[in-house]
Amino acid sequence: MNPAPAIGASHDTAPTILYLNGVTVSFDGFKALDSLSFYIRAGELRAVIGPNGAGKTTMMDVITGKTRPDAGEVFFDERIDLTRLDEARIANLGIGRKFQKPTVFENHAVFENLELALAGDRRALPALFFRLGPAERARIDEVLTTIALAPVKNRAAGSLSHGQKQWLEIGMLLMQDPDLLLVDEPAAGMTDAETAQTARMLREIAVNHSVVVVEHDMEFVRDLDCRVTVLHEGRVLAEGSLDVVQANPRVVEVYLGR
Amino acid sequence: MAGWRPGFAQILGDRGGLVLLASLAGAAVLVPALNLLTPTASAIHVPTYLVSLFGKYLCFALLALSVDLVWGFCGILSLGHGAFFALGGYAMGMHLMRQIGSRGVYGHPLLPDFMVFLNWKELPWYWHGFDYFAFAALMVVLVPGLLAFLFGWFAFRSRVTGVYLSIITQAMTFALMLAFFRNNMGFGGNNGLTDFKDLLGFNLQGDGTRAALFAASAVMLAAGYVLARSIVDSRFGKVLIAIRDAESRARFLGYRVESYKLVVFTLSAVMAGVAGALYVPQVGIINPSEFSPANSIEIVIWVAVGGRGTLYGAVLGAVVVNYLKSYFTGALPDAWLFVLGGLFIAVTLFLPKGIVGTLPAPGPGGRWRAIDAAADRLARLFGGGRTRL
Repeated sequence: MNPAPAIGASHDTAPTILYLNGVTVSFDGFKALDSLSFYIRAGELRAVIGPNGAGKTTMMDVITGKTRPDAGEVFFDERIDLTRLDEARIANLGIGRKFQKPTVFENHAVFENLELALAGDRRALPALFFRLGPAERARIDEVLTTIALAPVKNRAAGSLSHGQKQWLEIGMLLMQDPDLLLVDEPAAGMTDAETAQTARMLREIAVNHSVVVVEHDMEFVRDLDCRVTVLHEGRVLAEGSLDVVQANPRVVEVYLGR
Repeated sequence: MAGWRPGFAQILGDRGGLVLLASLAGAAVLVPALNLLTPTASAIHVPTYLVSLFGKYLCFALLALSVDLVWGFCGILSLGHGAFFALGGYAMGMHLMRQIGSRGVYGHPLLPDFMVFLNWKELPWYWHGFDYFAFAALMVVLVPGLLAFLFGWFAFRSRVTGVYLSIITQAMTFALMLAFFRNNMGFGGNNGLTDFKDLLGFNLQGDGTRAALFAASAVMLAAGYVLARSIVDSRFGKVLIAIRDAESRARFLGYRVESYKLVVFTLSAVMAGVAGALYVPQVGIINPSEFSPANSIEIVIWVAVGGRGTLYGAVLGAVVVNYLKSYFTGALPDAWLFVLGGLFIAVTLFLPKGIVGTLPAPGPGGRWRAIDAAADRLARLFGGGRTRL
């Protein structure tokens, strides 16, 4: 397996997996996204940062079909316009999403949570007759090891600690095996050790998936060691490595000034 | 859980279900036997009115089961399931009306009494076909199923959820009640359909027929339970619970939530319709008050009292609450609604998991050891593993 790619470098020629072009979303006159444009190349790990209200979560909502933009296009894989599709279609195309607040199925066991996330037929009627095969079990066990939850696989997800729920959710994304992963504040509410472990998991995932991480925690972004996009008032303010971005006077002004 | 298999083996590994199915099998044999084979004066004789009363409880239990399937497992709080029950009942009632033939009060060779009374000259088109039991049986399933499908199609696609969905289900059953009250709908207006004579050639007043209807209700309830249990234990059922607990997570995993809701809502309505069809010949009447919004709310109370999301809890709740209702409406008629309300409040406050929530959890050394062991043995016999509770 290849080591995690260095900042941007190896992806400059890769195809674009996600391309936002002039995306605008207003809520009662307030522009959450204001003609937002940027792109992610296939295989890239990207951090999106920005102060509260910069439009980070709205951007995720638009990409995953939860919110329809007032204007603009969102292309996945250079061909598919996501703004016309619903959440389930978009998820089945290969876009996974992790919420800010960990959302797992609390009454299902850890194992069942992963089972439900397993890539495959999602239709209602075939689900009545579905049987889990040995290959699928093996895959679930593999992911259980990756997310360090194998010892608690039969426990109800609701009984896990906050950090464990975050990992379970990341595990569910792995089961889904999407081409593009959107991860919203994975380090929120975690201990330092958990945060470091999470960054390690995400870097591992980024080896063969494209990942977009929305985050507040600068230390965590530094741990991710990737290209950074700064959003402000629904637009891209700056883009580059964390050091470059942090040295940008406009970024400093937005974060500290006024 | 190794050896996880949906279906029959799993049902046998389910403690509450095992007790329920065994009780139903016992009742289906014992109650008719004690009614038909013992002398009336005997201490163990079960009078015919009790047979029908118990039969009615079983129909309500099937109805409660159908509500638990959508509410307990998918979080759809339907306050309109009484409508599906009543529609199934009306379909059966129409067949029973056709069976009366010329034996009505007016002795008309073709038309039911209420149509003669309204001076109608011919049978409305939608009454044709109900002469045949098979056609009526099809309608028992089809009419509630179709209504639920159409209702669900619009409601779930528009993502109407929670209390808003509950309110429109109430509106649905209320609208149907008003419609069925109208004489010119052709369903007997506020008197509904009654004075039934026989079913499949058997006199409805006969002890044998009553006993057979009771047994049929027990069998249908058992079948309904087995069906519902296989549904909730399948992958489909796991998705239902996932939708109940975190709907948007299920969507972002790629599950088309509205399809799942539509399938389970329609199936549930069909079960409610079958319950209504079994209910009508045992009580001898169906009228628009069965559509009353309060009825549908009462069903939800049965489920809550018994224990939501367990299936057998719904059955238990329906029987317990209706037994209390029979008792109180006889002994203290004015007190019943207070008892019902108090029961609901008490259960919500003190028994959030209902009556079955007070039972000990499965495990070695519990009071249920013998049943647990039997469930285990049976499950192994059929090649499945134990399930939870």
